[in-house]
Amino acid sequence: MAASQAAAARSRGHVPGEEGVWVFIGGDLVVFAVFFITYAVARQQELALFESAQALLNRNLGLLNTLLLLTSSLFVAQSVAAVRRGDSKARPLLLAAILLGSGFVIVKIFEYSAKIAEGFTLNSNSFSIYYYMFTGIHLVHVLIGLGVLCFALSRFDRNGKMPGGVALIEGSGAFWHLVDLLWIILFALLYLL
Amino acid sequence: MAIWRNRITLVWAILVAATFLSFETMTLGNAFLLRSLILVIAFAKVLLVGREFMELRHAPPLLLWLFQLWAVVTCVVLIVLFHA
Repeated sequence: MAASQAAAARSRGHVPGEEGVWVFIGGDLVVFAVFFITYAVARQQELALFESAQALLNRNLGLLNTLLLLTSSLFVAQSVAAVRRGDSKARPLLLAAILLGSGFVIVKIFEYSAKIAEGFTLNSNSFSIYYYMFTGIHLVHVLIGLGVLCFALSRFDRNGKMPGGVALIEGSGAFWHLVDLLWIILFALLYLL
Repeated sequence: MAIWRNRITLVWAILVAATFLSFETMTLGNAFLLRSLILVIAFAKVLLVGREFMELRHAPPLLLWLFQLWAVVTCVVLIVLFHA
């Protein structure tokens, strides 16, 4: 009887974190899909301008930021697994994820500063408006995500455990992975295509 | 460390390899197939992040399929628009 109940529970699946987090994630995915489609339409209308403006971006910094976020996501996922195991490594893993995420912010500030110094500002052309708006909105997500991860970090006890905190770390992780996957698409659209 | 010999680390390695693959693909040119390949790689990475890092493969089927549907539809629409 217990085995059949466990099997039924597995078939229903497990929602990581709080369900409200997924409502927010779903809404964000829809909004960003509209952003991506709007960008694709605008790009086709001014193809030559977009291609020449895109060539001014530093693709190596875009690549570095992609690697920083992917690796940060790896540490968050490992931290979630460690919290479930009651493993005290969860805290240093989460701290490493926060440091890598902070690295993304530092690289982005450096990139913005360099572009602005070169005269590539929000009002330079149609592409620059999309570039600053989309990466700026994404950067706000990164900062919110870092705040959420810092809050989760503060919930560990002195032994490096987070009793009863599985839902918190799962929800925080899910939001951080959303930040990662949105950047994956922005990197392709703005830097590679 | 045993903690790194797991599925999550393998997924991360695939994501990093795919990132370098799309970065190199960009240098090959501007053809329809190359552009489409970059978008397909990006959304394949998105599916991996969702299924593995966000653990949607263990989530209720409706949540998993809504996410996968979002990724596939957005990818197809972008490929069409980029070549319209």
